[in-house]
Amino acid sequence: MVYLTRKAEFSASHYYHNPEFSPEQNLRTFGKCNNPNGHGHNYTLEVTVKGAVDPKSGFVIDLKQLKEVMNREVLDALDHRFLNQEVPEFFTKIPTTENLAIAIWQRLLPKLNAASLHRVRVYETPDLFVDVYGEDAQGAA
Amino acid sequence: MKAHLTRCYIFSASHRLHSDEMSAEQNRATYGKCNNPYGHGHNYRVEVTVSGPVDPETGMVCNLVDLDGLVHREILERYDHQNLNLLPEFRQRVPTTENLCITIYEIVKRGFCKAHLEKIRIEETMMNSFEYSGEND
Repeated sequence: MVYLTRKAEFSASHYYHNPEFSPEQNLRTFGKCNNPNGHGHNYTLEVTVKGAVDPKSGFVIDLKQLKEVMNREVLDALDHRFLNQEVPEFFTKIPTTENLAIAIWQRLLPKLNAASLHRVRVYETPDLFVDVYGEDAQGAA
Repeated sequence: MKAHLTRCYIFSASHRLHSDEMSAEQNRATYGKCNNPYGHGHNYRVEVTVSGPVDPETGMVCNLVDLDGLVHREILERYDHQNLNLLPEFRQRVPTTENLCITIYEIVKRGFCKAHLEKIRIEETMMNSFEYSGEND
């Protein structure tokens, strides 16, 4: 089994707000991230796939194909967007890095046939990242 | 769905690798430059990884304010700009980054109950890093 990771970057804005919370509860839970005007990050995405090396091509997956899937399914939808208002997953869910990693996992999973998706890692800043793994996807909401 | 969240922290500290159970020659042979009696220092980069289901109300595994608070109080205030050899936990144990990693794991495990502690990873320099996930993981 060989693991292959491809990186990409995108920039987006968001804010954290639960409509079921009072304004005080929102501020207490989310702090500065609750500013309704939003704020942004340069996100780094790492997509790791695993598989056997194809004896004919020497590839786990065709990198060009992986790049195209990442561009189409993730970057085109998220780059330079206001996540809360422009990305359907976040009309009802709070666009935390946790939920962002899960949404990216769910966007990529059905589109990657050649190798299996092992991990999605999303860096919100160099000091904070979230990982979602295949084994945790059982019963995904 | 479960997610793993990793937060990074930096502190600077000095240490000397030396074991009282070895002769001076043995210490020099084992620890090399790190046995310098005057000590030396590093900028340690600590990665704390916790996991758990994402809370549907907050979208979070845990509130980072809670994790930051614990790490600042129990780790950074304790170790930043200190000589590790002078701290009680390293009087009997050599302050290698392996032992530091285990010690920090135990402090976070004991003090943080809002998510499951998966792993502590420490970069001593850009060229070496250490990980500890507990005895049973």
